[in-house]
Amino acid sequence: MSGLRAADPQEWTALMVQGQRGDTHAYHRLLLGITPYLRAIAHRVHRNPSDAEDTVQDILLTLHEVRQTYDPARPFKPWLAGIARHRVADRLRALGRVAAGEVMSDIEHEAFAAVDKSGDAALNSRAVEAALLALPAGQRQAITLLKLQEQSLKEAAAQSGMSIASLKVSAHRGIKALRRLLGEGYP
Amino acid sequence: METSDLIQSLANAARPIRVIRPPLLRAGCWLLIALVALVLLALEHGLRSDIANQLRNPSFVVGTTASCLTGALAALGCLMASLPDRSRYWLLLPLPPLAVWTATLGYGCLTDWVSYDAGGLRMGAAFQCFATVLLVSLPLSASIFVMLRHAARLRPTLLTLAAGLAVAGMTSTAMSLLYRLDATVMNLIWNLGTATLIVLIEAIVGRRVLTRMAKAAGR
Repeated sequence: MSGLRAADPQEWTALMVQGQRGDTHAYHRLLLGITPYLRAIAHRVHRNPSDAEDTVQDILLTLHEVRQTYDPARPFKPWLAGIARHRVADRLRALGRVAAGEVMSDIEHEAFAAVDKSGDAALNSRAVEAALLALPAGQRQAITLLKLQEQSLKEAAAQSGMSIASLKVSAHRGIKALRRLLGEGYP
Repeated sequence: METSDLIQSLANAARPIRVIRPPLLRAGCWLLIALVALVLLALEHGLRSDIANQLRNPSFVVGTTASCLTGALAALGCLMASLPDRSRYWLLLPLPPLAVWTATLGYGCLTDWVSYDAGGLRMGAAFQCFATVLLVSLPLSASIFVMLRHAARLRPTLLTLAAGLAVAGMTSTAMSLLYRLDATVMNLIWNLGTATLIVLIEAIVGRRVLTRMAKAAGR
């Protein structure tokens, strides 16, 4: 199988163009080749391997559905990364909704109240942790020190080596990004 | 399903596909449809009787140009943002002309406040205006949704909102060129009211329409 895989991103563009022309072999090589890259993205935001694999499959499916939007004159990797970004954000939003008290049901149009799971329990949920991992390092550190460890600005500045002003800005931006990742209804 | 099985089945399903045209070209085609609709309506109905005077009125020229630009840039913005590798900030493209357009409507409101004429609300004229709104907005909505159908799995809500703004801008431009709607209330109802209604309807039903179109296309 690994012999089939196109590990070199330089190859991806050519394989995608051939895939768009209906070359199943090239398309197969491409999908195999990009899967480790997609897994790396998914594992950055999901601790649970099954969630990560679901996200990888979702990205592959979306790529297949929108493959006519790839312009061969443009680089392939940013196009793929754009699709991955959408799918990761969607899945985090779904996980956030589950953590916030909704229960996924296989039966359409039916919903049930979750077992009481509010406040700190929801805040400490896997979804928040996963979303935190998706933030840039500076924002993640600011939120961890100021919001989760409840350190003062002075203590956090001393520990991180960042200035108080940049800590404030990073924490503010981080909270905004978390809200966006987890949906507006999340605390 | 294992990821390797999924990859195998996707590869087996690979058929030759036609790459979509560049967004600038598709936006141009959409503007052409808008132009054709406007020309046909102008031939059938005629331009507003005071068009020569209005073209010398800066408020009319700025307002109509702004609504037309809002429509054109909203169409280009949503077609750009519908591609995975383009920034979502393309959706902000129509905001400057939108600000000018709403400002000219507001300015018209202030200056024409006393010129409100109840005779302007005749039923016959209202029906004709409504028919024009439908004749312009329906083909434009249909064509932009066809152009956006591949985006059902990406950011459908924001895209349909921008598509609604594109249609609203063009419809308002057509209304301004075809009808005398100077009375404050009529102006507001037919410009801002219709625009808001179009944007709302497209935002509400657009996501569903895009999903169905994508399914119908077998993708």
